[in-house]
Amino acid sequence: MESHLTPLIQMKDIEKHFGSVIALAGVSVDVFAGECHCLLGDNGAGKSTFIKTMSGVYKPTSGEIMFEGRPMNFADPRDAISAGIATVHQHLAMIPLMSVSRNFFMGNEPLRKIGPMKFFDHEFANRVTMEEMRRMGINLRGPDQAVGTLSGGERQTVAIARAVYFGAKVLILDEPTSALGVRQTANVLSTIDKVRKQGIGVVFITHNVRHAMAVGDRFTVLNRGKTVGTARRGEITPEELQDLMAGGQELVALESSLGGTV
Amino acid sequence: MTETPALHQNDERIKSRSRFREALIVPELGGICGTILVFTFFLLTAHESGMFNAAGVLNWSVVSAQFMIIAVGACLLMIAGEFDLSVGSMIGFAGMMIAIFSVNMGWPMWIAILVAFVLCLATGALNGWICVRTGLPSFIVTLASLFILRGLTIFLPQTLENKTIIGGIREAAEGDWLAPVFGGKVLTGLFQWFGEIGLIATFERGVNKGMPVVDGIPMLIVWALALIVFGHVLLTKTRFGNWIFASGGDAESARNSGVPVDRVKIMMFMFTAFCATVFATCQVIEFGSAGADRGLLKEFEAIIAVVIGGALLTGGYGSVLGAALGALIFGVVQQGLFFAGVESSLFRVFLGIILLFAVVLNTYIRRIITGEK
Repeated sequence: MESHLTPLIQMKDIEKHFGSVIALAGVSVDVFAGECHCLLGDNGAGKSTFIKTMSGVYKPTSGEIMFEGRPMNFADPRDAISAGIATVHQHLAMIPLMSVSRNFFMGNEPLRKIGPMKFFDHEFANRVTMEEMRRMGINLRGPDQAVGTLSGGERQTVAIARAVYFGAKVLILDEPTSALGVRQTANVLSTIDKVRKQGIGVVFITHNVRHAMAVGDRFTVLNRGKTVGTARRGEITPEELQDLMAGGQELVALESSLGGTV
Repeated sequence: MTETPALHQNDERIKSRSRFREALIVPELGGICGTILVFTFFLLTAHESGMFNAAGVLNWSVVSAQFMIIAVGACLLMIAGEFDLSVGSMIGFAGMMIAIFSVNMGWPMWIAILVAFVLCLATGALNGWICVRTGLPSFIVTLASLFILRGLTIFLPQTLENKTIIGGIREAAEGDWLAPVFGGKVLTGLFQWFGEIGLIATFERGVNKGMPVVDGIPMLIVWALALIVFGHVLLTKTRFGNWIFASGGDAESARNSGVPVDRVKIMMFMFTAFCATVFATCQVIEFGSAGADRGLLKEFEAIIAVVIGGALLTGGYGSVLGAALGALIFGVVQQGLFFAGVESSLFRVFLGIILLFAVVLNTYIRRIITGEK
């Protein structure tokens, strides 16, 4: 799985215009297998538009997407998912009243044939769910425990484990730590680390520099729809990263022109 | 994937729970408690009234089975996150259609029954389609169908026959192959034998002298049991069942995970319509007539049975077995009050009170499940 020669996914000079608004004005990012590539940027930097382009929701206005060395043209998110690009959104696609195992296999239910009839294979689903959750360091009371009883961090982990189990090669995490407490954040970061070690390319979107520094191998900063730069771990300090993200002087100038209302 | 699964012991985030408390968290809890309570009550107060001899048991079983048939449909639909208030009107409408087709228009009974089924399933599908298309609450959409169907059920026989009850269905069903599927009885031989060996009482005089007082199990009960088994297996043991839970739990999340939510909801509306039509068909063939007021308030009785059975009004949680127990409680109490010699209007008082208890209990269980405060 260690193919460091070709990136799993390569996005070159992606531009995306919505009418007269230029949301992305040339963003280039590549992700290798087994790395955690952090995508940093303040609100409105174009992070969301960019990941939506990567996951097939938007078609880029111009630019090239290469997946495993081949040019890719996703017609819709389903294409991206079947190619192995999974997105874990902030809205987790989990149903609190349903058990962890029913949620884990929602939309991908394992079937067992009895005669001409096909039934939900609960035994298989429960076993796999317990195994996968244990692998991620979460001990469930049982596979029939409702997702509603899990903490926010644990729910993130279930969503991540589900994406990994269903064959994600690239895992896009949209601000997975933004609404979490300190302990839960630590748990999610350690989950990201486990996933990376399985050889999956992780795209970790955040605007928290400390969370990024904790697990990131490379850091790409977006600002005003453009790539400001990409740095490797150790090449950049948190302060520099923070400055890049805030847009340095530009933001300060803007702030004073608005009379400190921002 | 070389990492071996690390085994953590005694995670402090997992609160220990007693087995007893664990056992409490089943949707059927309310139904089970209610059933035990109701049977204990009537065994103590009405055991001498004949409520628990063969004829008595058949009496409340048939009434319970009627409730069960519509409760199964309402249950699956409610778990899928929708309501159908037009069930009662549809019962009246389906019965009237069968009567008009077979008696007025002289069609063979089996064609009349099948066409009534097609009409009702189409109405159910239309209800569902309007709900998923417009995003309107099913409460309002099916409230409209409640009035439309009831109106038609009164208008059609009045226009055609100048009356609101059409009889002669039993004669029209004579010799038909499909009618006995709804109006017949099974295991008649077995019950005959029960009568002969004295296990159940036999008529002592009259034309039926020597016949057992209960001469078989009505198809209505067979339908109820079959629908319960079908509904329960569908909900808990199949992929489609997972989709029903998901559609009602959070439609948006379900859609994001690839569940065809709209299709699931429309199919559940159709299933509810199917159950209502089964009820109506059994009823008209048994009574031999169709009335414009048949099925009145049945939609609410179905919803109450489902809620007593532990389903949440907000969808995503519930049980067909629970709903069946809810229906059993209904039937036993309604007939039991009669056997116990209590004024039957008190049945409605009882309904209101037990509904309130059930909802409070369900809310409490929901909090335990989801860990909400």
